[in-house]
Amino acid sequence: MSQPVAPATGSGRIRTPLPFPTAAKPAVADTQLRANLHRATRTIRAKRARVVDEVPDWEALRDAGSAIKADVQRRLPELLEQFEASATAAGATVHWARDAAEACRIVVALTRAAGADEVVKVKSMATQEIELNEALEAAGIAAYETDLAELIVQLGEDTPSHILVPAIHYNRAQIREIFQRRMADAPADLSDEPAALAEAARAHLRRRFLSARVAVSGANFAVADTGTLVVVESEGNGRMCLTLPETLISVVGVEKLLPTFTDLEVFLQLLPRSSTGERMNPYTSMWTGVTPGDGPQDVHVVLVDNGRSAVLADPVGRPALSCIRCSACLNVCPVYERAGGHAYGSVYPGPIGAILSPQLTGVADNASLPYASTLCGACYDVCPVKINIPEILVHLRQQAPHPPAERAAMRVLSWVMRSPRRWAVALRLARAGAGPLGAYRERRTGARTLRRLPWPASAWTRSRDLPLPAPQTFREWWGKQ
Amino acid sequence: MRIALFITCVNDLAFPATGIAVTRILRRLGHTVDFPADQTCCGQMHANTGYRAEALPMVRNYVDVFDSYDAIVAPSGSCTAMIRDQYPHLHPPATSVAARTYELSELLVDVLGVTDVGAEFPETVTYHPTCHGLRMLRLGDRPLTLLRQVRGIKLVELGDAEECCGFGGTFALKNPDVSTAMLTDKCARVRDTGARVLAAADNSCLAHIGGGLDRHRSGVRAVHYAEILAETGATS
Amino acid sequence: MVGKAVSARDEILARLRTALADSPPPVEVPRRYRRADDRPDLIETLVDRLEDYRAVVHHGIDALPRLLSEVDRLAVPTDVPAHWLAGYGGQLHRDAPPLSPAALDDLDAVLTGCAVAVADTGTIILDAGPAQGRRALTLVPDRHICVVRTDQVVGLLPEALSRLDPRAPQTWISGPSATSDIELNRVEGVHGPRRLEIVLVSPDDEVVPDGPAGGSGA
Repeated sequence: MSQPVAPATGSGRIRTPLPFPTAAKPAVADTQLRANLHRATRTIRAKRARVVDEVPDWEALRDAGSAIKADVQRRLPELLEQFEASATAAGATVHWARDAAEACRIVVALTRAAGADEVVKVKSMATQEIELNEALEAAGIAAYETDLAELIVQLGEDTPSHILVPAIHYNRAQIREIFQRRMADAPADLSDEPAALAEAARAHLRRRFLSARVAVSGANFAVADTGTLVVVESEGNGRMCLTLPETLISVVGVEKLLPTFTDLEVFLQLLPRSSTGERMNPYTSMWTGVTPGDGPQDVHVVLVDNGRSAVLADPVGRPALSCIRCSACLNVCPVYERAGGHAYGSVYPGPIGAILSPQLTGVADNASLPYASTLCGACYDVCPVKINIPEILVHLRQQAPHPPAERAAMRVLSWVMRSPRRWAVALRLARAGAGPLGAYRERRTGARTLRRLPWPASAWTRSRDLPLPAPQTFREWWGKQ
Repeated sequence: MRIALFITCVNDLAFPATGIAVTRILRRLGHTVDFPADQTCCGQMHANTGYRAEALPMVRNYVDVFDSYDAIVAPSGSCTAMIRDQYPHLHPPATSVAARTYELSELLVDVLGVTDVGAEFPETVTYHPTCHGLRMLRLGDRPLTLLRQVRGIKLVELGDAEECCGFGGTFALKNPDVSTAMLTDKCARVRDTGARVLAAADNSCLAHIGGGLDRHRSGVRAVHYAEILAETGATS
Repeated sequence: MVGKAVSARDEILARLRTALADSPPPVEVPRRYRRADDRPDLIETLVDRLEDYRAVVHHGIDALPRLLSEVDRLAVPTDVPAHWLAGYGGQLHRDAPPLSPAALDDLDAVLTGCAVAVADTGTIILDAGPAQGRRALTLVPDRHICVVRTDQVVGLLPEALSRLDPRAPQTWISGPSATSDIELNRVEGVHGPRRLEIVLVSPDDEVVPDGPAGGSGA
């Protein structure tokens, strides 16, 4: 090829159908949802803090993780070729998918070739991103989610609202209600104790695991030098899917690579403590192609671009590809805690979603997301791979289409503030102009503040008083000395 | 040492008392403070809202105005963070002056080596560490170290202190529902303390929280901590 | 792949190369994290971490017969050391020919060894090596009894990785199966074995009956 091929944006469940502030409005007003998220995020925050604090070399691990991922991004084409060669040599078949639709077509074709009309699924962000379940259903193939939270979401005909715990927006009583309504074999006297709900899920899925012929998974890591895939989980549904069926299809974003098997020593320390707040998750499975007599004998890997090349093309935004989907940034984010995951309109919610989704689709298609943050920086502090999310948010805001009125106001303000003389005049005018009003308000209410203003200032005064300019500016005070 | 005060645009217009307080503290400690009149705004609102090109002239003006000083003090964690963190990337010639720009508590504790500024303030006070001071400048407990030395003060701990108040510059206008929800929680934590005064290092965050506290007629006064450090008990 | 105008593979690789047109500089990975643990009390730490995640720990090979006496139907890998089963009176199901998932589901427990155990995280790692069997064996039965030799215990994860065969299928186990999916509270017992029992034995226990020439261990 002589022509350079341009990086391409992706498709699938990564676009906000509504602007974030609009989508957040009903969520903020939903007191039950707010309470559920408040309780859950605070529980996990405390757990994470406890197990991170006990690791004396946590910062060194973060530095290593961040650097390994930067190295992966720099060498992504060669590492993908190395992974393909290693996995193929070990008996896997490697497929490549430019976008969501192509990835879905590959999985459908492989499932049909295996003669199956149903698949069991391990929780995977990549398959949610490409809307695989919908594609399988359209092809007459039933997809059964086996992770407890994914099962809850699937039974509730809902969409995930969190990367790690897709059903975080439900409390135990709501989950019991979904099980009783939608799970045919749920016990009649099912209680809302988490242990009882987990037991119901175990019974519900047991037969399906033992008879499944095709499983679909994602992967947390893909190791280039060995061709190994890694899935990190808790319940054992992953092990069931990765071990018992004859055919295993893993859908893997191209950014999931690690150069060497040894690099896992960093990420398998960072990930569990950052995500579930455990020293180690209950189960981690690794497989390298086909092992005769042990596990699936028909092993496929689908490497997916779907916008990742576009993310890679931006040197400032590129570190978003370092994300290991731990969710620590969601769990500490005050905006996520109030708005919930659905407001982000993408499978990737929270701070990481606010930088990843707009880069996957192009900023114009997710223009409200880079603004869905106060830039408080809590996400950056907990990120195990040190993605500077606030910096990337600010960077993406430069590319976002700006409302014409806002742009005009910003330009006028900049014209005034770039000139010391104009700024001094503007200050004097603002102080003088507000003077009588301020004095009036002070007489009436005892404070130089306004309570109610017309749009757009109403966005401020609906919940807070607005201070008026002081009777004399600082520079006027200084000048009088 | 030649110290210049960068008052910040919001303080100049709406919160001159904070600048007056900084001037008094430094003079009381025997330092001379300059106020270069050509200063305007750090450009943070423009840069963080997506208008870096429009912020750049302000960055250049800052360099012109302040480059000759040994230390520049700003009574704002957020503006100081803008200058220190973003200026070197936006405009490399600003790197040196950016490194000499300090938030008030940094200047007092790190540069001047002072923790007791001779203040007296017999009130119950709670302190909210604003995000950019906390997580970008890493102010740590410098402001609290200064406040603890104030005679007569009773400091009470704020619950969920390190959680953002929901201001976020233009965030408060672009995402009013989420911002209000965060503000409501922050105001509740402030009221839980029973403090009569809420102190912080940023008047913009304080205008937001204070505006919410006033709306609920909580009787809690929001003040920049410099104004507490400036109080000596003597009537001025 | 040959004959197509541009394969997905070639197009994706070309896109990625274009995306890296800025030629990012080489990255030096700082590996200042701990690669070895100097804690003197590794075994104590391992036991503490195992119990923290609700695994049950037994000490000494002598604990095994008592444990197995509770098991009616036991699955074992084909190469299980004979002395682990000394005196076992229940139904023994060796995994040869391979037991079907349904057959495994009917058994009460599985007995295996492991490749390495990590004290810091309370993790038992199986890599299909000696006395470990294939993955399904330790997955389907509801109770997993795992013999861990104290010389298989390392402090930190980096020490464990160097002992593993990367190309062998691996199962890392930290406590019984669990979920945090309901209100982010951890609940033990979902699809994997709901009971995990560790029998910690000293290497000497193992050498005498199993060693090729008897050995000299006391």
